[in-house]
Amino acid sequence: MPRLNPGNLQRARDLIALYPEPRSALIPILHVLQEQDGHLTEEGMVHVAELLGLASAEVRGTASFYDMFHFEPVGKYLVAVCTNIACMLQGAYRLLEHAEERLGVAPGGTTGDGLFTLEDAECLALCGNAPCVTVNWRFFGDVDEDRFDELVDDLRSGRLDGEVPPHGTLSRVDRAVGLQVGGGEPGATGEPEPRRALVGVAADGSHADVAPSHAHPDLATHRSTPATASMDAGHLDGHP
Amino acid sequence: MTITDAPRIVSRRLGKPRSWTLESYLADGGYQAVRAALAMTPEQIHDWVNTANILGRGGAGFEAGRKWGMLRPAQPVYLTVNGDESEPATFKDHALIEGDPHQIIEGSLICAYAIGAAQVFLFVRGEFPLGIERLQSALNEAYAYGAVGDDIFGSGFSIDVVVHPGAGAYICGEETALLESLEGKRGYPRIKPPYFPAAIGLYGAPTIVNNVETMANLPWIMLHGGDEYAKLGEGRSKGTKLIALSGHVKRPGNYELEWAKCTFRDLIFDPRLGGGIRDDNELKVMIPGGASSPWLGPEHLDTALSNEAIAAAGSMAGSGSIIPMDHTTCVVRAAWRIVRFFHRESCGQCTPCREGGGWLEKILERIESGQGRESDLDLLMDVCDNISPGVAWPPAQTTICVLGPSMPPAVAAGIRMFRDEYLDHIRQGRCPFPPDRLPRRLVHA
Repeated sequence: MPRLNPGNLQRARDLIALYPEPRSALIPILHVLQEQDGHLTEEGMVHVAELLGLASAEVRGTASFYDMFHFEPVGKYLVAVCTNIACMLQGAYRLLEHAEERLGVAPGGTTGDGLFTLEDAECLALCGNAPCVTVNWRFFGDVDEDRFDELVDDLRSGRLDGEVPPHGTLSRVDRAVGLQVGGGEPGATGEPEPRRALVGVAADGSHADVAPSHAHPDLATHRSTPATASMDAGHLDGHP
Repeated sequence: MTITDAPRIVSRRLGKPRSWTLESYLADGGYQAVRAALAMTPEQIHDWVNTANILGRGGAGFEAGRKWGMLRPAQPVYLTVNGDESEPATFKDHALIEGDPHQIIEGSLICAYAIGAAQVFLFVRGEFPLGIERLQSALNEAYAYGAVGDDIFGSGFSIDVVVHPGAGAYICGEETALLESLEGKRGYPRIKPPYFPAAIGLYGAPTIVNNVETMANLPWIMLHGGDEYAKLGEGRSKGTKLIALSGHVKRPGNYELEWAKCTFRDLIFDPRLGGGIRDDNELKVMIPGGASSPWLGPEHLDTALSNEAIAAAGSMAGSGSIIPMDHTTCVVRAAWRIVRFFHRESCGQCTPCREGGGWLEKILERIESGQGRESDLDLLMDVCDNISPGVAWPPAQTTICVLGPSMPPAVAAGIRMFRDEYLDHIRQGRCPFPPDRLPRRLVHA
């Protein structure tokens, strides 16, 4: 599926309509493309260039600046072990070595079954739960060697499918409405249809929860500490 | 100095069940502040923010109200909220985005009204997909509730807000690089002058770029008044500050504290806060304001946590992330890791940063792996001097932005404070610290 499929083409057009200049939609659209194919294909980038009126070299030249974009296939799960200062102080390099042994690849490598790509990551902003690991940028904190193994097992068995979508999926929530101010014509395609919005809102504005299969990701239920725990633990207990 | 009972302004809702939903936000009085703001004039709001004297919470500590006052009188004006948090060991905005996205939206609406913005962009670090999902969900809810979009709450004020994801580049936290990225380009910082996007920003239009935590303070200021806010803190450091504490403490985490009232000692050792150094080890050194700040030794434990006091001690409050390191820490390895980060994240435009970073990383790697020479210490300082002439603080720069000058502090501090430890590495031909915490790859390099 090298070019954007019809659904993603519509998403791209909806994104273009959100900005005063179409090119501002480039990075959001590249995320859509990466969600579709797991990495950025040449044909896909040519298609994006056509949509935005850019040379394909401008698209690739921009994309190549950003670490999250991949131009070759990567595993279904991109496992990023943070080794920056806060995690290093809590043993992140031992964890990275364990991860290399467990997965049998060095950072940058992909396992033979195409499931895992390992990365040696920069600070992921979960330093209260160091060392931390992300899988497709979903957070797992306080990861020791046992928890890492458990995480890998859970990913293999599909137990974390609800929390960790395949590589490339950035946000599972799309914008529900187009711009309301200023007419915003260029490239506009009218009101975009809400696509897979996880949080439904009833007509009266009341909050409505969503179908269980699309349950709002309350973060990993994996035993490793969820990301937001870092904040919870950080409160002054019984604030003085 | 003491830990005061100041209100928690930005973090009070974090940790509550489903704190990110509209239902929860409204139950806590959400969107009352923007209603109050819309009943005021933009000038009154600006006055209150000036009275509150809120310093930008991204790291540079520039007065938000003063920044707003620098807008070039032209249309359109844009507001861009910087949620690209990537400074090593800083994890406060991450918590705010995931835990209380409506507060950020409400603060942004207040700012947008005050500065007369045509559109708001919430730029969120790409590596925060949960944060992006929660912020987008919150925004969808806010539109449906009438808090965003056309004729907000019947006030006649209309504004659109767009959540914009980044794609992995530390440099996009620099405001001009952020704007380039938002324009769909490589995240290259812009040449200064013009110094402020308030003059020439997004698409060349006057633009305010404010940090997420700065926005999160605005609803409280609207509900309680700028003067109430200014009663908290001391001097220029008003209000509260969300401090991200990591490293070798027993209780790492985000702590919102009244600014200028407690000290590093309170933060690190108080049982309600850091709880002391792990294993009751000795404190060796602290990084007080993000990886780019000069290190401070234990003799600065009684320095107040305020913009001015930390500056007077020779460093900076920066992003508010504090990393205490215990006596088992190898300072060469710590400096190597920080330099490696900046080198990896250099955008490559300026030679001193692009090349100097690589030199520093390789020389430190050589010393750490036992291959160093005594002349390497001078060589390190020489490279630092090429990136930041004088290796002083605040740093001079030979580069477009301050990423390059962020490298020397960790190196220079290590050499100045722990020269013998550097020399031990060189004379013993190995790192003197236990191998169990070594990156093996580095030792055998």
